[in-house]
Amino acid sequence: MEDIPPYPPIDPTTFDLIVIGTGLPESIIAAAASTASKSVLHLDPKPFYGSHFSSLPLADLPSFLSTHSTSPSPPRPRSSEDSNEFSVLDLSTRPLYSSIDISVFSPDLLDQNSRKFNLDVAGPRAFFCADKSIELILNTGANQYMEFKSIDATFVGDNKGNLLNVPDSRAAIFKDKSLGLMEKNQLMRFFKLVQGHMAGEQDVKISDEDLQSPFVDFLNKMGLPPKIKSFILYAIAMADNDQEDTGVCRDLLKTKDGIDQLALYNASIGRFQNASGALLYPIYGQGELSQAFCRRAAVKGCIYVLRMPVTELLVDKDSGCYKGVRLASGQDIFSQKLILDPTFKVTLPSGLSPPPPLQAKLPFFSQKDDRGKIARGICITMTSLKPDMSNFLVVYPPRSLFPEQATSIRLLQIASSLAVCPPGMYVLYISALCNDDDQGKKLIHAVMNTLLTVPPINSESNAAVQSETAESGFAVQDENAESSSTGPSDPGEGKPTLLWSALYNQELTLGQVDFICSTPMPDGKLNHDDLIDAAIKLFKKIYPEDEFFPQTSSENPEDDGDGDGDDDVSLET
Amino acid sequence: MHGRPRKAPKPEDEAASAAKAQKLRALQTQFFSFHHDQIYTKEAVELSAKLLEINPESYTAWNYRKLAVEHYLSQSECGPDSVKSVLDDELRVVESALRQNFKSYGAWHHRKWVLSKGHSSINHELRLLDKFQKADSRNFHAWNYRRFVAELMNRSEQDELKYTEDMIYTNFSNYSAWHNRSVLLSALLEKKAEGFLLKENVLPEEYEFIHQAIFTDPDDQSGWFYNLWLLDQTVTTDSPLLVSTWPTCGSDVLIMGDGCQNGSFSPFTTLLSDSGSFPIILYFNQPVEGVNSSTVTIECGFDKNGYLHWEPLSVSNSQAAQVWVAHLKFPTPELDSSVEVRVGHSKGIISTRGFQYCHPSTFSFNVHVQPVERDSFQVSVAESILWREENFKIYRAQLEESIPIASFDQLCIKNGHESTASNWRTEALAKEIECFRELLSLMDCKIGKLTLARLLMAYDAMSIPFATKLVHSEEVLELYNDLMKLDPTHHRYYKDEHSFVLLQKMTSSKESLLQHCFQYKDSVSSVIGNPICLRLNNLSLSRIGAFEKLLWVQMLDLSHNELQSIEGLEAMQLLSCLGLGNNKLRSVTALEPLRKLKSLRVLDISYNQIGDHSIDTTRYLCSSPLSHSVGSELNKDETVISDASLVNYWEAFYMFKDLNLNQLDIVGNTIADEKFKSALVKIMPTLKRLDGKVLD
Repeated sequence: MEDIPPYPPIDPTTFDLIVIGTGLPESIIAAAASTASKSVLHLDPKPFYGSHFSSLPLADLPSFLSTHSTSPSPPRPRSSEDSNEFSVLDLSTRPLYSSIDISVFSPDLLDQNSRKFNLDVAGPRAFFCADKSIELILNTGANQYMEFKSIDATFVGDNKGNLLNVPDSRAAIFKDKSLGLMEKNQLMRFFKLVQGHMAGEQDVKISDEDLQSPFVDFLNKMGLPPKIKSFILYAIAMADNDQEDTGVCRDLLKTKDGIDQLALYNASIGRFQNASGALLYPIYGQGELSQAFCRRAAVKGCIYVLRMPVTELLVDKDSGCYKGVRLASGQDIFSQKLILDPTFKVTLPSGLSPPPPLQAKLPFFSQKDDRGKIARGICITMTSLKPDMSNFLVVYPPRSLFPEQATSIRLLQIASSLAVCPPGMYVLYISALCNDDDQGKKLIHAVMNTLLTVPPINSESNAAVQSETAESGFAVQDENAESSSTGPSDPGEGKPTLLWSALYNQELTLGQVDFICSTPMPDGKLNHDDLIDAAIKLFKKIYPEDEFFPQTSSENPEDDGDGDGDDDVSLET
Repeated sequence: MHGRPRKAPKPEDEAASAAKAQKLRALQTQFFSFHHDQIYTKEAVELSAKLLEINPESYTAWNYRKLAVEHYLSQSECGPDSVKSVLDDELRVVESALRQNFKSYGAWHHRKWVLSKGHSSINHELRLLDKFQKADSRNFHAWNYRRFVAELMNRSEQDELKYTEDMIYTNFSNYSAWHNRSVLLSALLEKKAEGFLLKENVLPEEYEFIHQAIFTDPDDQSGWFYNLWLLDQTVTTDSPLLVSTWPTCGSDVLIMGDGCQNGSFSPFTTLLSDSGSFPIILYFNQPVEGVNSSTVTIECGFDKNGYLHWEPLSVSNSQAAQVWVAHLKFPTPELDSSVEVRVGHSKGIISTRGFQYCHPSTFSFNVHVQPVERDSFQVSVAESILWREENFKIYRAQLEESIPIASFDQLCIKNGHESTASNWRTEALAKEIECFRELLSLMDCKIGKLTLARLLMAYDAMSIPFATKLVHSEEVLELYNDLMKLDPTHHRYYKDEHSFVLLQKMTSSKESLLQHCFQYKDSVSSVIGNPICLRLNNLSLSRIGAFEKLLWVQMLDLSHNELQSIEGLEAMQLLSCLGLGNNKLRSVTALEPLRKLKSLRVLDISYNQIGDHSIDTTRYLCSSPLSHSVGSELNKDETVISDASLVNYWEAFYMFKDLNLNQLDIVGNTIADEKFKSALVKIMPTLKRLDGKVLD
């Protein structure tokens, strides 16, 4: 905290709402509240937008992870004691990332280009063209701050390194080379059934009984072969847990939800003329999304102060009600409501007892909710996993890599065309739900070993040597792939060589609505819809009377055609 | 572009369109005055452009612009630059008109016209087309224009084929793309371009391709259409084939007067002739032209000059027909001679699709003529033929008796070399059959069933040509029965196909055919020289077929069916007695095939629906006195038709005047009132009995 510059005082000192942290849910709430004519102060202790949803330069990612991985220092003794009106509660950070493992195989190359990377902390993430997030972006006009490109394809991977194209549309089924004629027919008929059901056609209605049954049972009932079932469950409906293992599966997908997911996928394909597939990715990374909402909020009068830690919470001495916050600058700012980033937890300064009304709530609030973890990995390579494609999603269904694999693993490869890395490089985002750190590591490593050549681990002392070998390794591969593959002893024949990787496990926390509200951490889903739902829920909680982004008259819903253009979903040529 | 629901116009839209109409009217008035006065000034031409921008459908304006361009080009000694700029202007106007309505015929045509002026910016045209075809991949105007441009710039068919492939991959529900593909492939196959030398190499790949589309979405019709085209390409042999003749090869034909039954001759090959000649019939697998005395030669003991007049048997009076007939005269009353017919040994027989007949074949038969006993012939004329059940009894064929159908095989042996070349066809069909059986095992699919039925029939016809058994006919009949239930809207079509297959099946073997062969009465002394009657009654047939196996039939009972048409019956040149009672014939013109049956003496068309419908629509499809083809024929009969009583029955006059009927039954038709009957008597002086009454 030494290098924190002197803080300018904030004026005014009273707001309707203070939001701490510029992650996605916080930014959406700030924008929604500003739109509803609330006065909002949006603070972030970091010098950048996005918090746990940000996209960071290569060099900044490890430090971001590590600052959020340590337990908080014990509460500092407070010099400024309670004023007459307020009790002071400490805001401290809690550890959200664990088992962080950064491997650098080519330091020189990456150091030079550190600023050219925009690495998503919460990857892999993408938008479905027709999902709630895109709807929200269009409705709120946040699309004017973002540009998107289409993810070219989705594949299902196996433990031999094969990537099978997922036939996700009529045209894709027609084109597909790996499906038999019968399989094509079955799959398309299933898609049509879903479409007919969604369109409310009487003769293809799926019965209520079926809708309530597990999706996997319904797929079995439809007589779909295992390969197609796996495509639908994990690569289209994006189920996380093993659906076939009904005894163990934590969240068994219901037919109704599966169908909804399929319908979303279906509506996504062809929604935008320039987008070939169902998925979109924002240029400059996912961090753009939080930032776009912040800008939206700023236009509506929200005040932004970055690099501004908040140290304490002010609560009413008698009622225990929230009153305001104390900034690192020492200034006290008051507001009706407060939204808190999941980074923070509220603790009592040592030696003080909380006001009676809070005694019961406080321990509960500070408690970490146990929803398991998500293992994430970021890998950087010089060659694409698929020679003719740059941006795509790969899904490894449960049990596809090793028998104990209980959750599906998703991998998203993004190329420099999306401005996430220097030209010629590729960023691979990997994630999987897990119960503990060991399990998480095993899942991520399984994918990496299948797809990548991991150079031998060297001790940090001979980093220079390591970088040389790594560099020559990929140079050969890049310039003359054939000659490199002639070496029969090369175990990583044809696989991209790893230049850099970051593996970490992230805690999953839900948003909380209590005497103060806190937002959720990035979840394990591919898109943002659940997070947006959580943000809407929080907004409704604090402002039950106000509409969440009311439809303005100028935004004609029939303008969808124009809206598409504004979206700027342009395909690479 | 497709599948957008129509919306009711809003009031403000209506106001806008009213204002537009106002403006358009004003523009149009001024434009017409310019056009009328042949004013081609800059302002006038610009006005037409404005008009076309609003209304691209204004043909007059397009034509005016053509005149203006011609005027400009003829008038000044303009340099190439100014010509270019004038034509560029035209292209611009077309483009803006197309932006308004990309399906404007006038605009596309004008563009073709400009390009035909030699103004070629053809790459620009392709770019423009890409834009239009991306906006609507099924815009057939654009596809049409694309073919025009591709030809103009000599773009290779291979490149265009690749383009259709790309378009199909984007969305395979595209009739235009599939169609263009069929056009391109036909051209490449015809040219024998590299890689397109043999159908058997190209078609299997295409089948593979179309299966992807059909299996992915069997409800999409465009794929099925292409599949149908492929099936046609597989089944049709390019060069026409002779499939059947009368007399059949190796047969002994007895031509005689009545009353003489010679034990050694089968009634199937016995013929009564009162004209001193007998017909020779050639039945091809497709319509051909150029059958004449040089392409078909005859060698026989009694006709030395070998000239025969070959007549095409087609209702439409065209020079192409599937069936040809010639009448061979026998000069002496007693004769024993063999006749050899050589077909196609010199070139000249050409299918309507332009392929040469290239399987020269020869067939020979023996003719025995026995003198006619004039007296009994005269007497028998008065005898009436009654289509009553008790008059028929099943015909017991003698052992070893030659049935005409058996000898078809001998004919096709001579075409043997064709069968080896067509192995791939059989294989392709077998594969297709397997494929669609599998599809039908997964789902109920109407067009799938129809395709399977067609495939099975094609397979049967191909694998064992004219063979004694149709392996799949039961299955096919079942499929058509299913389809009639599943798809009532197309019941008529399925019924027709069902009838056709049923007939194929019944005529496929000696055994099955004999079940329908009856002997008329016990007496052999009848008007017919041949006592065998083929009875295909009570089968609910809606259509008849399998004529190639029925050329020998002289007495045919088709009563109690559901026939609405007797198309193709003209092939049965030997017919002398025909029972069509209790069918659904609706008009006199439906009987047109009978006009070609010169030996027909007894006709029963009682209890049909002739005259039920006051307007006979087929009357306009068939020849009428107003059409040139029959006009000349009618002229010479002017005196007859001027008879007032006949004027109202011109089609009956036209139909019956050339028939030499002795006996006609027409009772039970709305048209058959006394007036009509008396008209018939006038038209046909040969008539001896009408509705059972002996005429004076």
